[in-house]
Amino acid sequence: MNARLALELQHIGCAYGARPLFRDLSLRVTAGQVLVITGANGSGKSTLIRVLCGLQRPQHGEVRWWRDGVMRAPAAANAWIGWVAPDVQLYRELTARENLQFFARVRGISRHAGGFDALLDDVGLGGRGDDRLAAYSSGMQQRLRYACALLHDPPFLLLDEPTVTLDARGVDVVARLIAARRRHGIIVIATNDPREEQVADVIIRLGQAAH
Amino acid sequence: MSSSDSVRPPTEAAGWRHILDASLAVFIKEVRSEVRTRYALNAILLFAVSTIVAVSLGLGPIAPRRNPDLPLIQAALLWMAILFAAFTGLARTFIQEEDARTAAALRLATPALAVFLGKAWFNTLLLGLLTTVSATLFLVLLRVGVADLVQFGAVLALGSAGLVAATTLIAAIIARASARGALFAVLSFPLLTPLLVVAIRATALTIEGVTWAAIGPPLQILAAYAVALFTASLLLFEVVWEA
Repeated sequence: MNARLALELQHIGCAYGARPLFRDLSLRVTAGQVLVITGANGSGKSTLIRVLCGLQRPQHGEVRWWRDGVMRAPAAANAWIGWVAPDVQLYRELTARENLQFFARVRGISRHAGGFDALLDDVGLGGRGDDRLAAYSSGMQQRLRYACALLHDPPFLLLDEPTVTLDARGVDVVARLIAARRRHGIIVIATNDPREEQVADVIIRLGQAAH
Repeated sequence: MSSSDSVRPPTEAAGWRHILDASLAVFIKEVRSEVRTRYALNAILLFAVSTIVAVSLGLGPIAPRRNPDLPLIQAALLWMAILFAAFTGLARTFIQEEDARTAAALRLATPALAVFLGKAWFNTLLLGLLTTVSATLFLVLLRVGVADLVQFGAVLALGSAGLVAATTLIAAIIARASARGALFAVLSFPLLTPLLVVAIRATALTIEGVTWAAIGPPLQILAAYAVALFTASLLLFEVVWEA
């Protein structure tokens, strides 16, 4: 494996009880590419994202993340991955800034106070950092998920329904983020939105063969 | 978009220093959340206070001449109040993470050991408060005379440490189950029975008033239990948390 960054799926298969979601999924994505996963509701898009970030084990096959010649299984690659999904809830009783400080500290990264403000500005939450999440709309919470996912500057971004609940400006923020990040990393998007499919270099249509 | 210039890269190998710092962050987050919601604190304190007040009103001060086993009965009442109040509150730290769906983000960002240590420290604080309030009410309302308060405090501290070590791991196990209340009691019972038997007898000895030489063996058993359970929990937690 010579690529600086790569994601490899080797014969991945998952089932929900007795019902198979997908099977024998194999592909390789390298730095600069966007992988889009589409499929009908219940086809296993979110499950595949959870497999990629190590929150769920596949019934078959292996996922491998590569960075500078080092290979890691998903469970050991947390420091490399940023994950945004409706499943990811942050702490409602804490403020946005406290959430960022908490996740930065548990990840073992150091950011000065201005760093958190810059991150909040980037996702359009400038000036709202001291509000508790309980007072945030669903769109603002989605923006904060992006801030949390970018805290450790990960080379791999996993975005499940990336623009759900976002307004037009939020959608723009995500579009800029994808454009900026894809140059130096790998982005995986699970979506049913045709506009988001357009950024794909590789598409997996669950229920059909990958192409 | 990225502000990576202000970021110092994450510690890839989660060394002990990082684990301790991350566990402190988890502890502070728990305290901050609890201060703002008072979910667990209200539940366990109300339970403990209402139990001891109800017992004191029902029994009244029991004169020693009416029952030679009085210290044992009093000790059992105290530990039952602490145990059931602890059942209502100590599992909340993990159940809350699952119910609020914050557990996934915590799993991805935090070393498992740091989660366990942070939650265990928070439960220690919570149980420390509970035990202090319960023991004070117990001594005042039931008019219990303790010969040596230091001995009494040592038994309560070591018993509570064992209780935290056992229940924190069990709380992590049951957090993702549906029948949590029943499961918590079922899993806790065999683990906590030896602890409670020794803690009740040791508390009774401190009420009776014995020498440090006499209270030494039960204290050693309580300490050994706490260390053994804490070590086992440290070893098993990662498997439970990431299952």
